[in-house]
Amino acid sequence: MSKKDPAIAELTANDFGPASRRALQDAPLRRALAKATNTFKGRREAALDEMPDWEALRTHGRAIKDETLSRLPHHLTRFIEQATAKGTQVHFAQDRAEACAWIGDLAERLEAKTVVKSKSMMTEEIGLNHALEARGLYPVETDLGEWIIQLAGETPSHIIVPAIHKSRESVAKLFEERLGAEPDLDAVRLTQLAREILRTSFLEAELGISGVNFAIAETGSFLVLENEGNARLTTSLPRVHVAIMGIEKLLPRWSDLETFLRLLPRSGTGQHLTSYQSIFTGPKRNPGDEGPDEMHVLILDNGRTDILADEVTRETLACIRCGACLNVCPVYAQVGGHSYGSVYPGPIGAILTPQLAGADQATPLPGASSLCGACRDVCPVKIDIPRILLHQRREVTRKLPWRAPFERLGFWVWARMASSPRLWRIGTYLIRPFVRFAGGSNLLSRGFCRLIPPLAAWSGGRSLPTPAKKSFRQQYEESRP
Amino acid sequence: MQVSLFVTCLVDQLRPEVGQATLALLEHAGCTVNFNPSQTCCGQPACNAGYEGEAQQVARHTMDVLAGDDPIVVPSGSCAAQLKHYADLFDAEDPDHARAVALAPRVHELSAFLVDQMNYDASGASFEGTLTWHDACHTLRELGVKDQPRHLLGQVAGAQLVEAPECETCCGFGGTFAIKMPEISVAMSDRKLDEIIALGVDSIVSTDISCLMQLGGRLISRGSNIRALHLAEILAP
Ligand code: SF4
Repeated sequence: MSKKDPAIAELTANDFGPASRRALQDAPLRRALAKATNTFKGRREAALDEMPDWEALRTHGRAIKDETLSRLPHHLTRFIEQATAKGTQVHFAQDRAEACAWIGDLAERLEAKTVVKSKSMMTEEIGLNHALEARGLYPVETDLGEWIIQLAGETPSHIIVPAIHKSRESVAKLFEERLGAEPDLDAVRLTQLAREILRTSFLEAELGISGVNFAIAETGSFLVLENEGNARLTTSLPRVHVAIMGIEKLLPRWSDLETFLRLLPRSGTGQHLTSYQSIFTGPKRNPGDEGPDEMHVLILDNGRTDILADEVTRETLACIRCGACLNVCPVYAQVGGHSYGSVYPGPIGAILTPQLAGADQATPLPGASSLCGACRDVCPVKIDIPRILLHQRREVTRKLPWRAPFERLGFWVWARMASSPRLWRIGTYLIRPFVRFAGGSNLLSRGFCRLIPPLAAWSGGRSLPTPAKKSFRQQYEESRP
Repeated sequence: MQVSLFVTCLVDQLRPEVGQATLALLEHAGCTVNFNPSQTCCGQPACNAGYEGEAQQVARHTMDVLAGDDPIVVPSGSCAAQLKHYADLFDAEDPDHARAVALAPRVHELSAFLVDQMNYDASGASFEGTLTWHDACHTLRELGVKDQPRHLLGQVAGAQLVEAPECETCCGFGGTFAIKMPEISVAMSDRKLDEIIALGVDSIVSTDISCLMQLGGRLISRGSNIRALHLAEILAP
């Protein structure tokens, strides 16, 4: 197989069309999505009502991110120095193969029989679970949503609410089938059951793997936010803790956390603060201390240096993975996360996936948006997602010029018409009767309409507009000679 | 005041009565309206679909057509936003970039122009029935126009404005998106329309003909008799 292994695990973004059409037929999925996205949207708005200085906070957050990205090597060096001085072992991996191999080797060295994991998009991106399974290791997801997804053999469909597509009923059914639970348990009983099972894993685990929300260059610390306490256990009970982060997770100073701890929870879940914030600055120093004996940070590039080099799309790396853009996206609300065929769905996924994996690996995604701009309005770091989508659409037409030859020809003709008043007048005069005819309800009209792809696509669920007998300009010229 | 009318291709071809209503409104507001019949389209479809060369070509033509100093009034927020963003299409050294930068502040969406520039009083107009306002995405998010149309509708005798909670949600049109991903586009419309039908209003009003084409077309397919109307049709004296 010559196809290069994409930077994102299990990528099927080129199937967005059929996958989204299947999702549209899935009524329970759409009900679950509508309910969940509306809830998060509402909570975010309520949380923001109490923040009169929100705009200033966003601007400040973005400025910090821009500052970091403009001198990333400097901040990385500083982080490594500081973290190493505190006893944390820092490692680098270029791509997902390297990262997975390194973690697999570590687990083998530790002879780890049980590996626990807290939620991390980076480990999803590199497909860590499957890579470890291929080596006979079975990492246990400990975030409730992730655990459900793992039990179901699925992938997450939202970056902070991985099981957003699942209803309580479907989870109860899953627990009944896989765990022999009583039928139709309520949410409390389901959670209890998960807790009991997960406790054992926590106690047995030799290795705990976590993600990183923010890493502080100044102190060599890193921060993990969560609501269930599972990340705290994952990072403190096992003998060894590995945290995985992309190079863009850095913040220069400790004091920068003040801004981001206000931006992130409010944007994501509408919380003032997540239930747990764990800050790590090295492993335990004395035998009597709590915490792991060994602490490792694995810093991954996986395509990010290339994104950083591109001035137009660089701001994508400012993303703090809050998920707000998913919750307000009208497209995401209809088709759900799995349609995007990438661990990063929704607006951020539509711009990030092609950048990480290559435009040809995700050609439909830049087009999977009405460019409504709701994502840009909610993004806590003001990423101009519609602008990047437009840029990526231009990249697709430039790099894959013959992907849609009729469309290209159509726009070529149209541009010539629209820049010549004479051709425009003649062209529109000739086209109008055809569109009028196609909009008719008789058989001949309907047959004709079906032959012209854009008209057929439009009239699938919408009545065709009827062109006027006389255009505005004709009327204007006749009335004002 | 002398103004230049950019009527937009969709109004020109599909809903000339909206163009007539806009013209009448502007004249009633005391403007001398200049309509250059060499105008075609703002070029947004090509820009939106990623055909940069084509979008530039049409933008150059439109800048030629709209040369001068007069304010340019557009009965569509989306096309107005496109005209305002022409500079994004050209490199900073390109002379057309400078032309685009000069054009931007002259461009006004109709309702914003009437309220902010002309202090227009719409109490001469009348309308029988209930209506709801659709905040078209570009009108709202690119131009920041939200209060002006509501202010005007509030003055119209007989018109009763009922706000829809999802008034700011996209109608699903999105230019070429409506044709490239028609199933999603229609599903997005339905989300809005379910709510609007439940509100029991007579009409949906907006200042974007493309959203009205989308929502209106879907309403007909669903067998609803709610009408999709342009703001100018309601305000026309
Ligand atoms: S793009 Fe912005 S809104 Fe979306 S996940 Fe990233 S930070 Fe949040």
